[in-house]
Amino acid sequence: MRFQLTEDQRALRAATRQLLARHFNGEALRAAVEAPATLDRALWRELGAAGFFALRLPEAEGGVGLGLPEAVLAFEEAGRALLPGPLVATHLAAGEVPGAADGSVVVAAVDGGGPAEWLTQADVVRGDASGAVPLRSVDPLTPLHRVPGAQGATDPVAALLTAAEQLGTAVRVCELAAQHARTREQFGRPIGAFQAVQQLCARTLVRVEVARAAVYAAAVTADPVDIAAARLLADEAAVRGARDCLQVHGGMGFTWEAEVHLHLKRAWVRTHRAGENTESEEMLACDLVAGEA
Amino acid sequence: MDLTYTPEEEEFRARLREWLRGVLPSLPPKPSPDDWPGRRAYDLGWQRMLYDAGYGEVHWGASPTVRLIFLEETERAGAPYVGANFVGLLHAGPTIAAEGTQAQRVRWLAPILRGEQVWCQGFSEPDAGSDLAALRTRAWRDGDDYVVSGSKIWTSHAEVADWCELLVRTDPEAPKHRGISWLAMPMDAPGITVRPLRTLAGSAEFAEVFLDEVRVPVANRVGDENDGWRVTMVTLSFERGTAFVGEVVACRRVLVELACQARENGRWDDPVLRRRLGRLNAEFRALWRLTQWNVSEAEASGGVPGVGGSVFKLRYSHARQDLYDTAADVLGAESLDLDRPWVLDRLSSLSYTIAAGTSQIQHSIVAERILGLPRGR
Ligand SMILES: Cc1cc2nc3c(=O)[nH]c(=O)nc-3n(C[C@H](O)[C@H](O)[C@H](O)COP(=O)(O)OP(=O)(O)OC[C@H]3O[C@@H](n4cnc5c(N)ncnc54)[C@H](O)[C@@H]3O)c2cc1C
Repeated sequence: MRFQLTEDQRALRAATRQLLARHFNGEALRAAVEAPATLDRALWRELGAAGFFALRLPEAEGGVGLGLPEAVLAFEEAGRALLPGPLVATHLAAGEVPGAADGSVVVAAVDGGGPAEWLTQADVVRGDASGAVPLRSVDPLTPLHRVPGAQGATDPVAALLTAAEQLGTAVRVCELAAQHARTREQFGRPIGAFQAVQQLCARTLVRVEVARAAVYAAAVTADPVDIAAARLLADEAAVRGARDCLQVHGGMGFTWEAEVHLHLKRAWVRTHRAGENTESEEMLACDLVAGEA
Repeated sequence: MDLTYTPEEEEFRARLREWLRGVLPSLPPKPSPDDWPGRRAYDLGWQRMLYDAGYGEVHWGASPTVRLIFLEETERAGAPYVGANFVGLLHAGPTIAAEGTQAQRVRWLAPILRGEQVWCQGFSEPDAGSDLAALRTRAWRDGDDYVVSGSKIWTSHAEVADWCELLVRTDPEAPKHRGISWLAMPMDAPGITVRPLRTLAGSAEFAEVFLDEVRVPVANRVGDENDGWRVTMVTLSFERGTAFVGEVVACRRVLVELACQARENGRWDDPVLRRRLGRLNAEFRALWRLTQWNVSEAEASGGVPGVGGSVFKLRYSHARQDLYDTAADVLGAESLDLDRPWVLDRLSSLSYTIAAGTSQIQHSIVAERILGLPRGR
């Protein structure tokens, strides 16, 4: 057993991080917030060219031919960078919807009963979006629609990739919290020297590492129960982590200027995607008694 | 990333499973929790059986993955727990293997593996718990001996131990972390008094140990004089890093039993309780994955577990308490009956956020050593 990243996987993760740092840095993030609900098509095509959407498509079909673990690493980076857009829906459409694989077409999806994301900018919408009503989205970077009667089976891969994005958010807010705690001074010392602040940061890190192990393992096994577990822990790591990060930032954390609220809001949005927490909990409860009867 | 085991590892698993299936039915019944001599004999007997079957060295001779498989399979089969062998096998042994001289390894490791010695851990003192380096038990040099006076507290298994991994202050002038030494002390030496302490679970799991001019040969010092703090860090990394692996498997088994119980008594129909069980399933699955991750990492870096052990211990000790609190909700008022299953476990789980370093201290370790936050206090 070697449950560690391979060299290739490390390289893929680093390359994805670099790509996103080039094309979607802090400045681009701020610009995106100023221009709500418009998707950066150039960036979408860059992602397509880099193989982000076609990552799991067989090479024979023009894809990169990699597997779920690699997709999870790429989506973790997307989450870390707070990259907006229907990333999961377009990724899942690669090979099925022409143009999705290379990023020339933006695909949104109506799934699982939660609000539909990015119907406004999508070229193709999968699922029945009739009667969709726009919401005033809590996340300035994700336009949302309520779709009456929308339901249907949750795609486990969508749930796993969502968990990977949540993991990325959790990683990022943990970094931001620790960074701030190391530098912000009060009472003549960095606030990170105070135990109450250390606890907030340490809890965040512990949640990240537990979620990471669960998400990576689910990527390896692709087992629906593993995925449900990964989903629960990644949601928790992202949402709780973002809240604690906000707390560590004090008053600054409550401002629009600080990046923290964007992470928290996106984390909230993702908790309603691809089936909800209660659904995962029920599945895991059933798993406990599946052996008997 | 890979979660499959090598053919050699799978072969080890199959062989062990087969062996367990053969021997477990013939084990004598477990002694009662209050029968200390009985428990000592039982735990040592089990270790001897493992040794005779070639599994003696698995705790520090084998690769981390083989050890993981060993703990997983023994726990899954319901084999005896390490019990009184806890300190010897899981931290004194590994510490002596890593830091001892050749002579010391020869002297202590084989007897521990053969199930001939019980060890205890004499680290904490009445005024040195979380602040372990504040310990005051003194050791003076007198010829080839140290003469040790002071007292230790919370010493698990002290009543039945043959040896104690003892921390003493050998240089009272030095800064507190610098003047400490790590000694192996025979528990039958003159001048040692053991006074059992009753735990909140009702049993005498640990004790106070009073040391009145106890002579310990200088040859029993592991590591250099006054370098004991570094050796202690090695011991603690084993304690936190690898000592809980088998327990995660046990918790997963308990969870399945709880779900069955809830179905029998009707509480399963309460969606809130059901989802809590589901969430605990996620929790322990994830902790198992984290265990596999940490073991793979240890295997890659070859050696002593890192501070990642604190990450695991923090989450695990709270999850374990959560598990048994949920068990109490499944049992309802029956959770007030000490004879019901899980009730004693619930009580003993209360120690998990305290023993081997409190959760508060582990938070500081994670914050300072992993996240690089400035030192507090
Ligand atoms: C079941 C059990 C078995 C044990 N077995 C052994 C054994 O075999 N050998 C052995 O040597 N020891 C053993 N111990 C002792 C154990 O390691 C100590 O209890 C533990 O380290 C805490 O020390 P303390 O009890 O003195 O508590 P204290 O250090 O007095 O702590 C009291 C409270 O204050 C908090 N606190 C203290 N300092 C800080 C700080 N700097 N920041 C934040 N909070 C702080 C603690 O978190 C705790 O909540 C055992 C303990 C238990 C419960």
